Amino acid sequence: MAASADTLKRTPLHERHVEAGAKMVPFAGWHMPVQYGGIRQEHIAVRRGAGVFDVSHMGEIETRGPGAAAFLQRLLSNDVEKIAVGAAQYSVLCRDDGGVLDDLFTYRLADDRYLTVTNASNHDKDLAWFERHARDAADVEVVDRHADYAMLAVQGADARGIVTEALGGELPERFRSADLDGVLVAGTGYTGEDGVELLLPPGEAVRVWDAVVERGATPAGLAARDTLRLEVCFHLYGNDLMEERGPIEAGLGWCCKEATGFVGADAVRAAREAGPREKLVPFVMTGPGIARQGNEVAGGGVVTSGTLSPCLEVGIGMAYLPAERAQPGTEFEIDVRGKTRSARVERRPLYRPEES
Amino acid sequence: MAEASYPEELLYHPEHDWVRFDGDIATFGITWFAQDALGEVVFFDPPEVGSSTTAGESYAEVESVKAVSDVIAPLSGEIVEVNTALGDDPEKINDDPYGEGWLVKVSLSDPAEKDSLLDQASYVQTLE
Repeated sequence: MAASADTLKRTPLHERHVEAGAKMVPFAGWHMPVQYGGIRQEHIAVRRGAGVFDVSHMGEIETRGPGAAAFLQRLLSNDVEKIAVGAAQYSVLCRDDGGVLDDLFTYRLADDRYLTVTNASNHDKDLAWFERHARDAADVEVVDRHADYAMLAVQGADARGIVTEALGGELPERFRSADLDGVLVAGTGYTGEDGVELLLPPGEAVRVWDAVVERGATPAGLAARDTLRLEVCFHLYGNDLMEERGPIEAGLGWCCKEATGFVGADAVRAAREAGPREKLVPFVMTGPGIARQGNEVAGGGVVTSGTLSPCLEVGIGMAYLPAERAQPGTEFEIDVRGKTRSARVERRPLYRPEES
Repeated sequence: MAEASYPEELLYHPEHDWVRFDGDIATFGITWFAQDALGEVVFFDPPEVGSSTTAGESYAEVESVKAVSDVIAPLSGEIVEVNTALGDDPEKINDDPYGEGWLVKVSLSDPAEKDSLLDQASYVQTLE
């Protein structure tokens, strides 16, 4: 059932988006800006300068207490012991059978305090999963912090300069985090460009948004966020990741450390040893047309993400293909709304941001 | 074009298509509302000259960065010309939806169908 605009949740920046003339859409229960001036213009602004995204719909779960590290080690696929205070780590959350519940970034705020950022559509499910497992764990407390944080992503070659001016203080390096006057700044992002993500008190969101926009960051919507992440082949939960598939076939074996004994580790180990039947691969269209999520691949397989690449100016996407046909260079055909369209498996990333 | 516009001299189909008449030949396109809803058009998949359109049914596809959409024929007939310039410049559909962004020209098989179309005022009402 489609939610009407008034039952949707609003971020602290909702008014700013409406004033800016953004096209607003329902997304995971939130009323979010999908684009402002135009997808391509916003996309190129991030690749050439800087863009700012309101990603306050994303959730946060805090895990704290002397048992926090051991607890997260049991839930998250990566080796949580490797996260130093002030560092960040990517992992997946698996079911017992290895199916992916979510993909997450976890920040270590202090010795026994961690903050995990969830996908908006999975936040309630993740929280219930954390809470259920916390009942059997010692010395750990799980707290829903979604309402306590707004989140902005400032991305692009100019992003660090803009945020440094706007906030003052020294920004953390890539995959590190730092507290600047109550704003948690993380050297992470979802665009393939340098930049930071800011977790901040909701009451501060408008001030910081205005400060980075004044200094030249282009407001960018969810649509550009999607085209940017797809050019660099970052996974999108609900498209490329789902409970019915595991991390090995999704190409996320690198963030799974089975030796830590996380929930789902046995299934992941078995999948790794046997080799996946299908593999997620990036592709480009070699002729006309743009493949979209759900389009079927001739001979088996399915497209999970597809769009026009604003930088490459061709159709691009990701698809699960039979493992024997997943090598870069392999040509294949996709049924795009009843028409046969040609594509080729590529190496990741599809677009390589210029080294700065 | 940034501002909404719906020329008075055109007739409209509720699926956001317009028609311009020139003797027995009608030109079809999509309205400002349709191109705005789609966003930046990146691909127009034209029908073949000589193929036919049926009022109320899809005859072509326009694709934007985010989505693909059927284009509904406002009237029935035979396609006598397609706007081949859109092959290289599909964004003309956004920039000039009633001019250079026209899609096809059609020789009408049932000109009486015209009575079912909306005038500008009635079409604009459907958008409110």
